[in-house]
Amino acid sequence: MTAPSTRPIRKKTGRPRSTADNDPAGAAAGRARPARPAGDDRPRAPIRTRGLTKEYGDLVAVDHLDLEVHAGEIFGLLGQNGAGKTTTILMLLGLAEPTAGQARVVGLDPARHPLEVKRRVGYLPDAVGFYGDMSGRDNLRYTARLNRIPRAEAEPAIDEALEQVGLAARADSPTDTYSRGMLQRLGIADALIKDPDVLILDEPTTAIDPLGVKEILDLLRSLVTERQMAILLSSHLLNQVQSVCDRIGIFAAGRLIGQGTMPELAHRFGDDIAHVEAEFETADEAGAARVREVLAAIPGVVDVAAPSRPDGAWVASVSPVGEETRVRRSILAAAAATGLDLTSVRSVPPSLDDIYRRAVERAAHGHARDVR
Amino acid sequence: MSADSTPVPAGPTADPEVDPESAPETGPAPAARRRRVESATPSRRERSVPHAGWMVVAGKEFADHIRSARFVVLLILLGLAALIPMYFAADAIRDAASQVTGQSSIFLFLFTIAPRVGEAAGAAAGTTGTQLPSSWEFIAIVGPLLGLAFAFDAVNGERSSGTLPRLLSQPIYRDDVVNGKFAAGLAVIGLVLTCIVVLIAAFGIIRLGIVPSAEEILRITFWLIVTFLYVALWLAFGLLLSVMIRRAATSALIAFGTWLLLTFFGGLITNVINSVLAPRSGSLEEQARNLSLEQTITRLLPDTLYKEASLAILNPQVSAVSNPATIGGYQQAAERIPSLQSFDQSILLVWPHMVTMLAIAIGFFALSYIRFMRQEVRA
Repeated sequence: MTAPSTRPIRKKTGRPRSTADNDPAGAAAGRARPARPAGDDRPRAPIRTRGLTKEYGDLVAVDHLDLEVHAGEIFGLLGQNGAGKTTTILMLLGLAEPTAGQARVVGLDPARHPLEVKRRVGYLPDAVGFYGDMSGRDNLRYTARLNRIPRAEAEPAIDEALEQVGLAARADSPTDTYSRGMLQRLGIADALIKDPDVLILDEPTTAIDPLGVKEILDLLRSLVTERQMAILLSSHLLNQVQSVCDRIGIFAAGRLIGQGTMPELAHRFGDDIAHVEAEFETADEAGAARVREVLAAIPGVVDVAAPSRPDGAWVASVSPVGEETRVRRSILAAAAATGLDLTSVRSVPPSLDDIYRRAVERAAHGHARDVR
Repeated sequence: MSADSTPVPAGPTADPEVDPESAPETGPAPAARRRRVESATPSRRERSVPHAGWMVVAGKEFADHIRSARFVVLLILLGLAALIPMYFAADAIRDAASQVTGQSSIFLFLFTIAPRVGEAAGAAAGTTGTQLPSSWEFIAIVGPLLGLAFAFDAVNGERSSGTLPRLLSQPIYRDDVVNGKFAAGLAVIGLVLTCIVVLIAAFGIIRLGIVPSAEEILRITFWLIVTFLYVALWLAFGLLLSVMIRRAATSALIAFGTWLLLTFFGGLITNVINSVLAPRSGSLEEQARNLSLEQTITRLLPDTLYKEASLAILNPQVSAVSNPATIGGYQQAAERIPSLQSFDQSILLVWPHMVTMLAIAIGFFALSYIRFMRQEVRA
């Protein structure tokens, strides 16, 4: 497997368009987009839902979802299996009919204009599959034909997409011989063929190895910054979501129990405790005891945890969160005053893990209250 | 050349798309907004583009079928099924030809003669050899396989390989998938059947030196259409199974089980039903009535429809396909002077059969269409 190329992502306007003259038939008309001056009047919220609800009998799969994904951002949909992520995505694509509420994707109702929506939205399904006896390239050609992209346009686009996901070297082998991770990469290439405005990725990195994940996430980031795409990705891999998403929505039992940037979520779901790490050079047990004493004496510090390794960092828990900066300064001052050898002090960003766990717990309690 | 200067197709696509929903909340009133959505370019563009999603699907499926192993296997199987009886029939036809000189339907014997194998050797040993089915009977047996083989995994195969959600997320309508697959199946069975019939005809011309008359060509062509309908019926049945049953292996089992049951045990089943509903006892009038009822029951099997239709078309001597319902009818039939039916008269005889087979095929297809449209995309 080759590494993805470093060549720049093609710009939105870069692909040659066939003109009405040389292709009067449907292909050009179906393919062509309104000529859009580079990214100014682009919809600012290509994905927007209002009270979107889907019920299967008694089961409410998605419950009054209000969601907004803007152009030029990656939105992470976070939730356990069965939380309603895939159902939401299917409704956004017009593949499932909402029971109530409405969705707007690229400004259109997917239930009423499914074709146009699907023409402009790239979708990577959960557990994506390809025709095993066809090569990766032929699979992408089929997608291009279904999108009525003229051949002359499709071939360079296919080459480029394969290059971007690092599959160029294996493009002509049958997909039966691909590993799960390669299929996933091919699925991303498949979604990019139609040059979409919106990318919807359902668990895009589940089967990809850690190095590959980095490449894919970098690719997604460059699509967003260079082509102003809107990307909605669903995942249960918290650290990946945290590392790549601009905003995050936490999904539990069909409801969006929180959405926003990481600091916003931390503020909303945090337990109002911030963490500060400090490293000291201590010679012996007595030194360690002194460090604990000094740290615990700082106002605002509610708990002190000793390092797990001898040369590790001490972690001071600070509450309320707003005190964090002052506590860091106090540690510096205290170290200077008491002659402790402070080697570093830094604040620890809140982890999505904690936020997520707390959000789900809180939602579960709230739900239990509702039921009673 | 940048896209800004590239001419775009005139008309609806030329005006920049403005997302009505992205307008600030102080924007146009809701009613005005809705109007803008409706007049948004896409719907008009969709209408202006000839819709051909099913053709893309059909093209890909057809190419897949042609390259698949089952295509080759079925072509060989059907080819052998058609050619072997004919090979043995060749001598019988030569003998027959000398007796029936002047008869107009000698070429059709290629399809209808049921030869005996090993008669010469058997005569020495005191046995009569093995009776082989004729070419058309062989095709009646193997034809359903052809239809089932190209349909039993059409939809559930896509489902289990995970390609269905990807396919449906492309800008095609949902029914394009099932229409395209059915169209590709029809094209393949049409191709195979035409090949087989041409093969038989060519074999006959070369080996026997008989050239078909115009009427014989008409009859063979028409028989081809009847066979096509019969196989299409099984194709639609296979498609229905592939939509309704999630696992391809299960649907294959049911499909081939049904084929086996109807083809080889169908007669037994109808016999049992007949002996209860239409026993062959009582007065002559009663027996005649019961025989007629018996035939109606037997015709519930598509197999029977096809066989009756084939026989009437390939054999101009067949002047009736139904048993008379009264004794008088039998008397009339006995008094009738045997004569050859003209082509149009033969067609009139089997027209109901054809319509019935077509209706069954359409019924199965409609069922699978409806089921598919209502199904959830994911498992």
